[in-house]
Amino acid sequence: MYNGGKIIAGLVVFLAFFTFPFYYNLGKANARPEPKLNTPVIQQLAEKKCVESKDVMRSDHMQILNDWRDSVVRDGNRIYVNAEGKRYTMSLQNTCMNCHSNKKEFCDKCHNYMAVKPYCWNCHIQPKEDKS
Amino acid sequence: MSMNRRQFLKIAGASTVLGLGGASVVNSLRRGGLEASQMSPDPRGLVAKRWGFVVDVSKLTTEEDYKRCTDACHNIHNVPVFKNDNLHEVKWIWKEPFENTFPGIEHEYMSHEFKEKNFLVFCNHCAKPACVKVCPTKATFKRKDGIVMQDMHRCIGCRFCMAACPFGARSFNYLDPRGNDIDGKPLIKVENKTFPTRMIGVVEKCTACYERLAIGQQPACAEASNGAIVFGDLEDPNSEARKIIATKYTIRRKPELGTQPSIYYVIGGSEHA
Repeated sequence: MYNGGKIIAGLVVFLAFFTFPFYYNLGKANARPEPKLNTPVIQQLAEKKCVESKDVMRSDHMQILNDWRDSVVRDGNRIYVNAEGKRYTMSLQNTCMNCHSNKKEFCDKCHNYMAVKPYCWNCHIQPKEDKS
Repeated sequence: MSMNRRQFLKIAGASTVLGLGGASVVNSLRRGGLEASQMSPDPRGLVAKRWGFVVDVSKLTTEEDYKRCTDACHNIHNVPVFKNDNLHEVKWIWKEPFENTFPGIEHEYMSHEFKEKNFLVFCNHCAKPACVKVCPTKATFKRKDGIVMQDMHRCIGCRFCMAACPFGARSFNYLDPRGNDIDGKPLIKVENKTFPTRMIGVVEKCTACYERLAIGQQPACAEASNGAIVFGDLEDPNSEARKIIATKYTIRRKPELGTQPSIYYVIGGSEHA
């Protein structure tokens, strides 16, 4: 191998730089996001359930929102029947945010943690919240 | 490690099959999209084969008459109001003088009253819409009930539709509609919390109040017009709109272009029919 020493030294330096963020943050676990569900509307619900089960909402809410959007805008279908047969009006602004009126404590908690920036709120009006 | 051509092809083929197969297995295990059967229209919704409007111009006389209709629409749909700023103006329904509404048929002996009169104009929801043909993303499309819809989620702001529309029914958001006007006041004075706004860089227009039809309400302009605007199914001979068209003389804007507008203007009231 020509210039073996230089290459290996270069590789070591590269690896050190490349893995630096991992070493640097080792053991400094970030606090897990805890979205809050304590809005007045949710508190008053007899059965505290979203349109689908918690697990489905957690993993698939973005897909559900996309499907709702396409259904309402493209097909004009506005009523959603969930797995239990309950009916909901498909509307982010009027149905989702009616219960989850705490966008900052609910949506933003995880979205900020995961550094995702959904552009819903460029157009859809988010609920007014006291705390900024 | 050395390998000949035959061995390389074998490995490449096997890994391709594995990769494709793997993806399909993973995808089928994942919960797919929602079932179409889970979605249905609101039972209160109004349905038609082809929605259309009849505008009786004799019933729109005072400034107040026009304002009632335009304000009803613009307030409900969070349309920004640009005062003295025609360059950035956004409008869904507005008034135009005769020569702009029906160009080509004005003439020098026309009655002064007519020449000076304003007409309420908005999206014609054409049967053969030029805007729909040119839209590269299908952001604007024709619904089964004849409404020319605008899907703001898909609009990329190319403005082809604005160039295609012969009626100027479309407005581009050159400025952020949630911003302030030149006086520092919000462009949308009172937000309707149940309806979205738009964002900078998308095209918007009248959507025939699809969101109101879906829950069984008439379009806002028709409701506010005191009978000057009648909304109905053009394919249904018994609808109120068709009855007016059948008994009175009506004209449409620029019919020679072949877009087949769905707004019929009753000219001259009943006595001249």
